[in-house]
Amino acid sequence: MELLCPAGNLASLKTALNAGADAVYLGLKDDTNARSFAGLNFTPKKLQQAAEYTKKCGKKIFLTINTFPKPGEESRWYQAIDLAADTGVDALIMADLSLLDYAHSKYPHLPLHLSVQASATNLGALKLYKEEFNIERAVLPRVLSMKQVRDLAKVTPVDLEVFAFGSLCIMAEGRCHLSSYVTGQSPNTGGSCSPAKHVRWQEVGSDRLTLLNDVLIDKSGLDEQMGYPVVCKGRYTTTENNTPSHILESPTSLNTLSLLPELAKANVVSLKIEGRQRSPAYVEQVTKVWRAAIDSYMSAPEKYQTQREWDLALAKVSEGQTTTLGAYERNWQ
Amino acid sequence: MKISLGPLQYCWEKQKVNTFYDQVAQSDIPLIYLGETVCSRRRQLKFADYFALAQMLKESGKQVVLSTLALLEAPSEYNELKKHVDNGEFMIEANDMGAVQAAKERKLPFVCGPTVNNYNFATLKKLQQWGMQRFVMPIELSKDWLTHVIEAEKPTPFEVEVFGHGYLPLAHSARCFTARQQGLQKDDCQIVCLSHPKGLLAQTMDDQPLLRLNGIQTQSASLIDLSSEVDQMKLMGVDYFRVSPTSLQSIEIAEQILLQPTSDKSLACNGYWHQSAGFSQVVSN
Repeated sequence: MELLCPAGNLASLKTALNAGADAVYLGLKDDTNARSFAGLNFTPKKLQQAAEYTKKCGKKIFLTINTFPKPGEESRWYQAIDLAADTGVDALIMADLSLLDYAHSKYPHLPLHLSVQASATNLGALKLYKEEFNIERAVLPRVLSMKQVRDLAKVTPVDLEVFAFGSLCIMAEGRCHLSSYVTGQSPNTGGSCSPAKHVRWQEVGSDRLTLLNDVLIDKSGLDEQMGYPVVCKGRYTTTENNTPSHILESPTSLNTLSLLPELAKANVVSLKIEGRQRSPAYVEQVTKVWRAAIDSYMSAPEKYQTQREWDLALAKVSEGQTTTLGAYERNWQ
Repeated sequence: MKISLGPLQYCWEKQKVNTFYDQVAQSDIPLIYLGETVCSRRRQLKFADYFALAQMLKESGKQVVLSTLALLEAPSEYNELKKHVDNGEFMIEANDMGAVQAAKERKLPFVCGPTVNNYNFATLKKLQQWGMQRFVMPIELSKDWLTHVIEAEKPTPFEVEVFGHGYLPLAHSARCFTARQQGLQKDDCQIVCLSHPKGLLAQTMDDQPLLRLNGIQTQSASLIDLSSEVDQMKLMGVDYFRVSPTSLQSIEIAEQILLQPTSDKSLACNGYWHQSAGFSQVVSN
């Protein structure tokens, strides 16, 4: 099983590889990727350096071009594909039909991975992308139960990659409009969910207000642990219940350490760590734990057990310092 | 431009659904989308029931399209989808790429629903080559975006439909938020959606209506109302203006909307159409 780690910049990339990642994924410094936060990502020159460093380590490098081109601006996305082909990355992670088409016809030998933004959760969708664009791998959205992953793995025409750790996205990825509904900026086109420029915190007495484009999405105590503010993890009331609560989900991270044997048995080929926007310290901590876990499983599958120190180390870098199995566990649903 | 009636997004009792479509049959709405798009656990109406309604509507002179689930997960859901595609009589609205594949494989025409990611002309052209006859613009896109698409190739090789009136389907999850709100698990949800015929309104802590829980779907609290944009849409060449039903009253609204803008603007939004935050109400010049 491949351990695939995030790289928001060159420092994170080196950290991930040195800590035991088998492969890294990254994006260009523009809106062609879905994590276009200021101060992150790679210029063409840095991408070249990243590719050289990764190859020297004998590892793999994947470039995400996973936003959807706007009419009239397609050329920037096509140029990103050309650049990736010239740089010699090991695969492109993409979601848009027109981009998959362009890359497949122009660079038939460049491996394509279907981004989670394509929201492919079933056999039909996977077949379509395989038949039309010969994708090698698909990243599954974080909405399937473990049984559904297993069922899909039995029939899939492509390799499967799943999210193993990191921020929990609770909606079918690539088809969630909560961010654009409140801020006007869409992860699908603009590059990030809940853009930082729309986030504002305000202290009022003993409360901290979290505002997203002036919409109050949370009110908390000054000492409370907070995650990154997104609409789906806000606190609201309903017409039936006047007590504010996390009616969709509370700030928490996905942690599938305990599922590792099941994921391996299902023939999932790659475990993805979320967090290109996080620090090199996060990348190092998470990569080390997952390297140890995978190695432990591979050396003696029948003896594998989640170690308490792994969970503690991961909890420290988790949202709200809590973790969940998310949709993998049917009870969560 | 003509009117279409989108699929009923809520879980209503079978009798209420039948009453609704009996009235739709008497209306002058020419295009009707029909079927469960949100949750496969809602079984008030089975495929045979929807098929019978579709035939009844067809006999009353309507063009009918069978809508499919937005989020296809379990193999059982994918098999149920094939039943829709293989119905032999009605076109389907594909709301997931799995449904696109099912139609394409059988060389059947289809409509691409608003929850499929269509962000540029090249993508739409590809879908058209696979059999797409019409697409419903993804809800977060704008008038300017649509103008680009319509002008890319003349005549436009597919029809265009705009989600113009109703609550916006903003997201779909594995989790059932309505059941959770009642302290129930999805697998034992007791079909609590039946108690929320327009979803369950969620507000911020300073009482701003923000979202609407509808099972695994999260909708907008505000009602998108593009009725004042009808003349503009006609000029652009939009083929259908979609009314997404929220109550029996939606039939009347759908019949009137091309003639005059709706009068009730309380809690209305039109932000996406004007390239703004979806929940905002932009005053047109």
